[in-house]
Amino acid sequence: MYDLRNVTKRYTRGKDTVHALDGIDLTIPDGDRLVIQGPTGGGKSTLLQMLGGLDRPTSGEVVLDGTDLARLPEARLTRVRSESIGFVFQSFNLIPTLTAQENVETALVPLGVKAKERRERAAEALTSVGLGERLGHLPGEMSGGQQQRVAIARALVKQPKVLLADEPTGNLDEGMRDEVMDVLERMWKELGLTFVMVTHDSALARKAPRVATLRKGRITVKESALP
Amino acid sequence: MFFTYLRRELRRRRKAALVVASGLALGIALVIVVDSVSAGMGKAQDKVLQSLYGLGTDMTVTKAASPTASASQRPRFQFDARDDSSDEEQSSDRVMVRGFQTLSTATVTRVGQQSGVADAVGGLSLQVVKVSGQFTRGRFQQDSSGGGPGTRGQQPGGEVQGGSAEFDVNNYAVYGTDVTEPALGPLTSSKITSGRTFRTSETDAKVAVADSAYAKEKSLKTGSTVTIKGVGFSVIGIATADSGDAAADLYIPLTQAQTLADAKDKVTTVYVKATDSQKIDSVKAAIQKNVSGTTVTTSADLADTVSGSLSTASSLAAGVGRWLSVVVLAAAFLVAGLLTSSAVSRRVREFGTLKALGWRSGRVTRQVVGEAVVNGLLGGALGIALGLAGAYAVTAVSPTLQAQLGGGAAGGGMSGPGGLGGPARQAAARTLDVALTAPVSLTTVALAVGLAVAGGLVAGAFGGWRASRLRPADALRRVE
Repeated sequence: MYDLRNVTKRYTRGKDTVHALDGIDLTIPDGDRLVIQGPTGGGKSTLLQMLGGLDRPTSGEVVLDGTDLARLPEARLTRVRSESIGFVFQSFNLIPTLTAQENVETALVPLGVKAKERRERAAEALTSVGLGERLGHLPGEMSGGQQQRVAIARALVKQPKVLLADEPTGNLDEGMRDEVMDVLERMWKELGLTFVMVTHDSALARKAPRVATLRKGRITVKESALP
Repeated sequence: MFFTYLRRELRRRRKAALVVASGLALGIALVIVVDSVSAGMGKAQDKVLQSLYGLGTDMTVTKAASPTASASQRPRFQFDARDDSSDEEQSSDRVMVRGFQTLSTATVTRVGQQSGVADAVGGLSLQVVKVSGQFTRGRFQQDSSGGGPGTRGQQPGGEVQGGSAEFDVNNYAVYGTDVTEPALGPLTSSKITSGRTFRTSETDAKVAVADSAYAKEKSLKTGSTVTIKGVGFSVIGIATADSGDAAADLYIPLTQAQTLADAKDKVTTVYVKATDSQKIDSVKAAIQKNVSGTTVTTSADLADTVSGSLSTASSLAAGVGRWLSVVVLAAAFLVAGLLTSSAVSRRVREFGTLKALGWRSGRVTRQVVGEAVVNGLLGGALGIALGLAGAYAVTAVSPTLQAQLGGGAAGGGMSGPGGLGGPARQAAARTLDVALTAPVSLTTVALAVGLAVAGGLVAGAFGGWRASRLRPADALRRVE
């Protein structure tokens, strides 16, 4: 479970100070599915980075299962990322020289998983997202939707508690978008993940049980009428 | 994963890898060529010095030569004119000690007793001048017009006619060598190419070893006899100098040489071998201190007197060549570092993603350093191949270098090459031609490998430092 208390993030650019996050209080229960929306520059990605331990707040607490990520030493924060948090990025962020299987394996490297087991688990993860026949393909040989499914497999292969997705369908056309969202929703349900997704897509937001909106660093959370 | 990732990345960035590897290769090849050429110069210089010193000699002890030979020391010849009808050839030879300054054999013993001296051997250098030919007397021819009116009461007229002198001068060097110590002395710089060398028992035998050039000139062979000052010596062997000129035309046992020159118990040079080649300076100091009136010349002293193209090339290799290598290597390291750093900049998103996935900074840095080191090793392999090819080319071409020794370089105590220097030897510079080679030692190859790894590490340090400082949020933000 996430518990954010009065989280502030300020950036200084020359003489100007930008409040990317301004006193955010937010609780995300285990297994929750939260969509974050808001205008560009509203602080969505910054909030996601705080949740993922990629950045630290200027002030406030980002508590994940009782551990304040804001004050965790870098080595332990890296450990938390490697064990508990899966990321899916808008641009897929696959390593272009590695095959689909090897890309998925990169998530298991910091956990010290042996090569043979890594290969097996990566193959399983790719099969679960429908890419069992594409293990040896390079990212450049796959469509955007397939690349994003590889990225999803990479995020989930380590069986994290949390899946953070930053506009996962932002670079995809409608058909591919649905394909990727189907996979994400299926995984969320099957694995019981806490799933936080940033998106501009209102159609996707409407399907979420909770939607948080960030404007000028401030958050408002709306419960959906969906079951 | 480390090697798979590394291999794929190197393949992806072939061009950049090739640029980095080529730069390092150039620097490393230069280091190998300069180092091997320098070694070749050293070898050439050693060869030059050995041709004068002989193998195994660390220094020589001589007595300073007098600046000029006095009139009484110059050889004088006297021949009586013979009748016109006489075909008899007259011959006279003079045997002189070269340098006219000798040391007593007791000095050899004293030098041998000095601390740090492993062995000391004396030698006597002689110059033989042989003049031979015919000197016929002229005849008085009476004037046939004698007895005329105008000459009444005077002695009969006439003039001396005929008479001539036809002489050949043979000037050659003879060296009296201590046959009981064959490992030291100038004969060690020659190889016996025919016959044999002296036996240790032949201390007073009338045997000689002839230098091949002199033997050829005088048509001497093993078994021939040469006569020096009326004493016949049987030629037992022909020796060929390893490089340059030989120290003498004929080598004979020391005792025989001393007898010929009326220089009993005298030597001109003491050849010294030190117990430790690293302590030559202290041995020199000890001899100079304890054996007064002598001049000690080490190979380092002699090397200082080497001039000519060998010396110039040696200076160039040590100066320009070495600095050029350093500059090219430094530039190659810098370029490799900058290219690696720039490659890291282009891969910010990649490394940011890996850090987001939980890769520690150290692991990302290792990946960058690993790629750079492999690049460096590729450059090293290429550089070693290039360097070996360069060194081989130098050896194949074997440019001839000239070494001038002794001429005017030595003041006072430097009695010249091999301690053979008398005034005659000192006055004229001696020029030797030496073929330059470029031997590549294992040390040089090890140095090249070390430089390749160092180049890779330097480049990796540049890139690794940047990669380690990347914060994942910044890295991901920068590209999104």
